[in-house]
Amino acid sequence: MKRSINFIFILTLLVVFASCKKDNRDAPDSTFKGRITYQGQPIMVDQGQVRFQLWEPGWGTLAPIDVAVSQEGTFSAILFNGNYKLVLPKNDGPYLAKVDGGAAKDTIMVNISGNKEMDIEVLPYYMVRSAQFAQASGRVNATAKIEKIITDANAKNIEKVSLFINRTPFVGANGNLQIQRKDSAVVAGTDLNNLQLSVPIPTITPAQNFVYARVGVKILNVDDWVYSPIQKITY
Amino acid sequence: MKKLITITSIAIATSLTGCLKDDSFLQKSPTDVFSEEQMWSDPTVTITWLGNAYSRYYDIETVEDWQTMVNFNDAFPSDNGVYWRVQNSEWGYGEWGSWDYGYIRDLNLFIKKCTAAEKLKESDRNRFVAEARFLRASYYFELVKRMGGVPLLLEPEQYDFGGDPTYLQHPRAKESAIYDFVISEAEAIKDILPTSTAEKGRATKGAALAMQARAALYAGSIAKYGVNTPSVTLPGGEVGIPAEKASAYYQKALQVAKDIIEGKAGEYTLYKEKQGDLVENFAALFTSKSNNKEAIFVEDYKLQSGKVHPYTIQNQPRYTAEEQEGGRINPSLNLALQFEKLDNTFAPFVTKNGSDYAYYNTPSEIFAGRDARLGGTILLPGTLFKGKPVDIWAGLQLPDGSVVTSSNPGGTQKINNVDYQAVGFDGPINGYAFSAQTGFYVRKYLDPTTGSGQRGVQSDVWFIRYRLGEIYLIAAEAAFELTEKATAATYLNTLRARAGLTTPLTAADVTFDRIVHERRVELAFEGHTLFDMKRWRLAHIVWDGNPITAAELNTNLGVASKRNTQPWGLWPYKIHDPGNPNHGKWIFKEVLPNRVNASDRFRFGNYYSFIGDNVISRNPQIIRNPNQ
Repeated sequence: MKRSINFIFILTLLVVFASCKKDNRDAPDSTFKGRITYQGQPIMVDQGQVRFQLWEPGWGTLAPIDVAVSQEGTFSAILFNGNYKLVLPKNDGPYLAKVDGGAAKDTIMVNISGNKEMDIEVLPYYMVRSAQFAQASGRVNATAKIEKIITDANAKNIEKVSLFINRTPFVGANGNLQIQRKDSAVVAGTDLNNLQLSVPIPTITPAQNFVYARVGVKILNVDDWVYSPIQKITY
Repeated sequence: MKKLITITSIAIATSLTGCLKDDSFLQKSPTDVFSEEQMWSDPTVTITWLGNAYSRYYDIETVEDWQTMVNFNDAFPSDNGVYWRVQNSEWGYGEWGSWDYGYIRDLNLFIKKCTAAEKLKESDRNRFVAEARFLRASYYFELVKRMGGVPLLLEPEQYDFGGDPTYLQHPRAKESAIYDFVISEAEAIKDILPTSTAEKGRATKGAALAMQARAALYAGSIAKYGVNTPSVTLPGGEVGIPAEKASAYYQKALQVAKDIIEGKAGEYTLYKEKQGDLVENFAALFTSKSNNKEAIFVEDYKLQSGKVHPYTIQNQPRYTAEEQEGGRINPSLNLALQFEKLDNTFAPFVTKNGSDYAYYNTPSEIFAGRDARLGGTILLPGTLFKGKPVDIWAGLQLPDGSVVTSSNPGGTQKINNVDYQAVGFDGPINGYAFSAQTGFYVRKYLDPTTGSGQRGVQSDVWFIRYRLGEIYLIAAEAAFELTEKATAATYLNTLRARAGLTTPLTAADVTFDRIVHERRVELAFEGHTLFDMKRWRLAHIVWDGNPITAAELNTNLGVASKRNTQPWGLWPYKIHDPGNPNHGKWIFKEVLPNRVNASDRFRFGNYYSFIGDNVISRNPQIIRNPNQ
């Protein structure tokens, strides 16, 4: 009797542990990172608004891995090793895919084996150059130069140029990424080489003696803005 | 021996009882499903299938779906689980998507088999087929509104198990092709369907024409205003309609709307049963089923039948509620400000008199002298619901400018050691679910019948999909776009007179802003906002992601492109200053409910909803919608 109880106990243990094995699949561990650039300069966009897709063919039903671009124009994704197709979706981001021999190069083959760093060159509609910020008597004043990059048939006009300030290092056109903004329409006489904008700094609670600022350009009929780098302004 | 005979005979008797002929034993008809033969020979069985197809109709902002009504900042969600709707800054690309080809296949199968059902009476058969075609066209219309052009399948398809399913893959049709299909299908079935104003739950000639008019108007405006958003198009026309088609669509819309108004689909008339009180009249238009000749096609409900809805439970004033819930939809001040004064002018609610507050004797006085649809759509502070006043006020205003309030509805506070009620029983209290956090409750579709607010009873108020009021607006908009402004003014004036706006608009008064405004106030919370803003290509402008400042809230009222990214509120306060002539009077303050901490942004990629990767993966001929 006692032997059979022992036997049942051991059998139970065997059954319980029989399915226990270490997880048989490794987690993805190859980091793919880089920047969206124009002539080596990163293109500043809204945090998480601009995306590109990674497709890995050969796995039954296809679905893309969306990779979001940060507000500094950088991205990073942790992936399995493999061959990926990197696709820049049309009309996503304030830029066009580079044109090579007449055809838009919106698809790039990427081989991932181990960590990889890669910049993606694109053609932005505009770039915000040499933005300068200064604080004076409760206002942030900015100057910037806006350079039109695409001038052929695909060129687009500027809807407006804006200066944003926020209390955190995340600054953008969306309502919750700013505490104050100044929109300025671009008309025929506007000098894009020496653009001047100014906003008052509102009362911030809890009080702090710094704000973050950046200048953005809204391109007509394009969702995503293109920005200057973000600068911390202490006062 | 005798015993043996008995046993033998019992044995024989037992073995024989189980004997039936094999074929009759094996053929039992199931008790839980109908056979094909029954289905196609007995109209009472056929119609049950159609009943199911009707219940699968796709809508947004219905009485069973209050959450979509608060999605576009014409209202605030007063419910603990739903504040995220005013705390997110954008809509997902997948929102409002629909891809139910199972429904289309079911309808296609029904149409095919019913057409061949010889045993049904011809009149029954024709009507059933026409109803199924109406439902199929309605769903294609819904699909094209949400997704753009979709594969147009009109035959049930069959896989041949040959190993190659590619012949079942179809590309997306042009957006205009789907609209053309809806319009032509309505044309084909309108004379088969009955002409009856009493029949509202099933398809009628009126319903077919109403669908046709609406579809033609949508197609026309996409053709006309699509030029404002050149990036919201696809080269193959799956999204976007060429501008030169606009005029033909508008003409179609105008002519069909005219036909309905002139009674060619039955004697539909605007609801005017309670002429003594125009506010009551507008509210009753949605809740009264007796002698309601305005409703054309509805989703009907019936008490004690199992088909009831909890809209009134969810939205009744919290204090006089029949259950411990209610008050979820709180219409916003943005919407309330849209209702004109009786002289056809726009004006903000007067809260200030110079640097002082403006004082009112009652909490509802500030809303007097306005479009009757204001009170018919929104339950205002101090007005009655089910005979009881709505107790909405935010606190006691003391002479030193401070405010005494309570964090409990109807809570009391001591002033000079005397207890006073310090806040209304219906709120508003920031973050207190079911209290009127904007200072308003919703009135449209709220059922005034006793018991409608009880979970065990619920409400059987119908949900109106098409009504004559909208047809007037379709006629007016189409006429305006065809530069027949005088005709447009006539249609608008008829509709506005019902709301107490008796000063007629002249032809010169009719502008695009007027058309947009009139649809917004007449059709609030009826499922039009999203699709209207999309077809006019205004969505990315009115929902541009920027907060609304208090200063701009009261300006540019009645301008179509006015920003509408956050739901504001208007809170009444009671003056507490014994001895002062203003003691007990009311003042008002514009307030942004503090649960609102983001502003909505409509991206170009939201214009047409995301088609799932699983769909594209199975059918590579489907192309993606733009900007996603």
